[in-house]
Amino acid sequence: MNSASHYLDQFFFLALPYVAFFTFFFVTIERYRNRKFTYSSLSSQFLENQQHFWGLVPLHYGILVVLAGHIVAFLIPREVLWWNSKPLRLYILEGSALVFAILAAVGLIAAMIRRASVAKIRRVTTPLDWVLLALLLYQILTGIEVAIRYPWGSSWFATSASPYLWSLLRFSPDLSYITPLPGSVKLHIVNAYLLILLFPFTRLVHILVIPNPYLWRKPQVVRWYRPPAGA
Amino acid sequence: MNVRSQVSMVFHLDKCIGCHTCSIACKNIWTDRKGAEYMWWNNVETKPGTGFPTAWEDQEKYNGGWACEDGNLRLKSTSKTKTVFNIFHHPNMPTMDDYYEPWTYDYQHLFNAPEGPDQPTAVPISMVTGELINIKAGPNWDDDLGGSPIYAENDPNLRGLTEQQRQQLFAVERLVFFYFPRICNHCLNPSCVASCPSGALYKRGEDGIVLLDQNRCRAWRACVAACPYKKTFFNWSTDKSEKCILCYPRLETGQAPACFHSCVGRIRYLGVLLYDASRIEEVAKRPAEELVEAQRSLILDPHDPAVIAAARSGGIHDSVIESAQRSPVYKFVKEWKIALPPHIEFRTLPMLFYVPPMAPVMADLDSGTVKNVSGGLFHDIEEARVPTRFLANLLGAGNEGKVRYALRKQKAVRWYRRALTVGDVTHAEAAEMLAQADCSPEEAEAIYRLTSLCTFDDRFVIPPMHREEAIEMLADPLEHKQSTGFGFLTGPRRGL
Repeated sequence: MNSASHYLDQFFFLALPYVAFFTFFFVTIERYRNRKFTYSSLSSQFLENQQHFWGLVPLHYGILVVLAGHIVAFLIPREVLWWNSKPLRLYILEGSALVFAILAAVGLIAAMIRRASVAKIRRVTTPLDWVLLALLLYQILTGIEVAIRYPWGSSWFATSASPYLWSLLRFSPDLSYITPLPGSVKLHIVNAYLLILLFPFTRLVHILVIPNPYLWRKPQVVRWYRPPAGA
Repeated sequence: MNVRSQVSMVFHLDKCIGCHTCSIACKNIWTDRKGAEYMWWNNVETKPGTGFPTAWEDQEKYNGGWACEDGNLRLKSTSKTKTVFNIFHHPNMPTMDDYYEPWTYDYQHLFNAPEGPDQPTAVPISMVTGELINIKAGPNWDDDLGGSPIYAENDPNLRGLTEQQRQQLFAVERLVFFYFPRICNHCLNPSCVASCPSGALYKRGEDGIVLLDQNRCRAWRACVAACPYKKTFFNWSTDKSEKCILCYPRLETGQAPACFHSCVGRIRYLGVLLYDASRIEEVAKRPAEELVEAQRSLILDPHDPAVIAAARSGGIHDSVIESAQRSPVYKFVKEWKIALPPHIEFRTLPMLFYVPPMAPVMADLDSGTVKNVSGGLFHDIEEARVPTRFLANLLGAGNEGKVRYALRKQKAVRWYRRALTVGDVTHAEAAEMLAQADCSPEEAEAIYRLTSLCTFDDRFVIPPMHREEAIEMLADPLEHKQSTGFGFLTGPRRGL
């Protein structure tokens, strides 16, 4: 291994993730505390309703499932390997993951076309929105590429990416899991860190304010200056 | 009994001249901003007509309000489960096209146009995109188009009218219409509040004003779909929903809301109602034809010692109880029963009430001339130009009896006053009408006074808002010294 790539690995897989996660936590919390008004999904459905459905719905369902898959493989790698020990189960897992990834890609591309082609939507699109969309597209496309070129990701993720991420989390980073991985896998990981870095500055913060209290709160909300006894 | 106070409203439709002064007052104060150009927290519609947004009353199209099924109240547009699945794309979300695309004119062109044979014109340009637009709709697009086959004929309230009744409304040269001003109803069972995934919408406990916390709104859009009156609006620039705030900063300083204050026809009344909050759900579940009466039963008599005691123990200030005792809204809604809630079949229990209009009703006889002497006494109401069926669809949840009661009482008051001042109606006849309309001479006099001779203080009995008890009073004022004041201190910008 030459030293240049060693330092690059150090930078992208050691420094970058810590910087990204620190920024993520620091800025999201500060932004929530001081600029709560800016926490919004910035929905543009009011301005355009038809293409919105064909872009946003597949994008969200696709990304949610794929992201959940990554998190599960990170949290319980052993169980994923156990599941994959039977080929049929492996094919079901990988096949459905790929379907949802393609769903996300199709949805994202539809959303980007909508953003570019509808005049009203262009009006509410910032340069940062385009950077975010480009990074997301790159992330999904490299993900699909990796899934097709280097099967079976769900198994090797559990034996390489998962222990690497755990080592980062334990503050004893071990890059040996990750350095031998192919270039497109590395790019996928680096791009993920870039997305995490950018996350707190973009509309992605709406993921953090998903309306879970709605599921168990009473339908009506009353606010008092001085709640009377029993209210 | 859980007594709460609610700032409530009455609009006397007979006095509305359709001047839109209320809309302009509101627009100039609250919605003259980027992203809010298309919003009209207060608007005045022509009835019959399709209104704003187009055909808002048609809940088969918009799915707003509540449905009562198997003894359960549920929102038509969303539910706890649907919120999870519809959060990416709300299926009942209206778009700007349902309202209109705001525009201005390219006035610069008048100065910059090159010399030519024609006068330059200022072409319309969209306030959203800045591009030239072909205007397809605007605020009050169907203003005064009472007989229009495009607008008036598509009024959802015409459902259930016979062909003959429809022809009556649309006969050439005998067209009839009236004005219907609208603001947020500050409902007792608001569907916007119940639909908000973020809990950004809330009802103020002290006065019942429904507000939307801009810091908590996340643009999930559920309130816009859920409000059957379409009185929550989506700001396309800040990506937050907004709504009528009943000018609470004005109310808190003892002033009437801007639309009330500026009303030329003096049609608007404001006052406190005490109601029993523990019965809201039960009342909202009643069959549609019972809803008007059921909502009235929620409203409590502020003179009743038991109510006063319960109100005090519920934390309602004596000054608010006293204000409720003088409330003009209480008189119109509960004592006289001549003010009715709009579309209470949406089951949100609106707290804005309308006195149904007499003028187009009575203008039927003698080719548009109001007939002074009534042989059958209330004969002309039965054969009104505006069928009571139509008014009942709008204001009585289909219950014609409630509308007829209100119209008969108003007519009886007029005849009573005619007997006193003009003299072309005999006192016996007037007395007979009053008796038939369930109205005493004292009551007729009171209705006459509050309708015709009402001063500012008669119309607006604003309760003390007791800001000295508000939460800001607990904050350190020095912290806000030389800043813009309490509350929202940053400019409303889209995103970060």
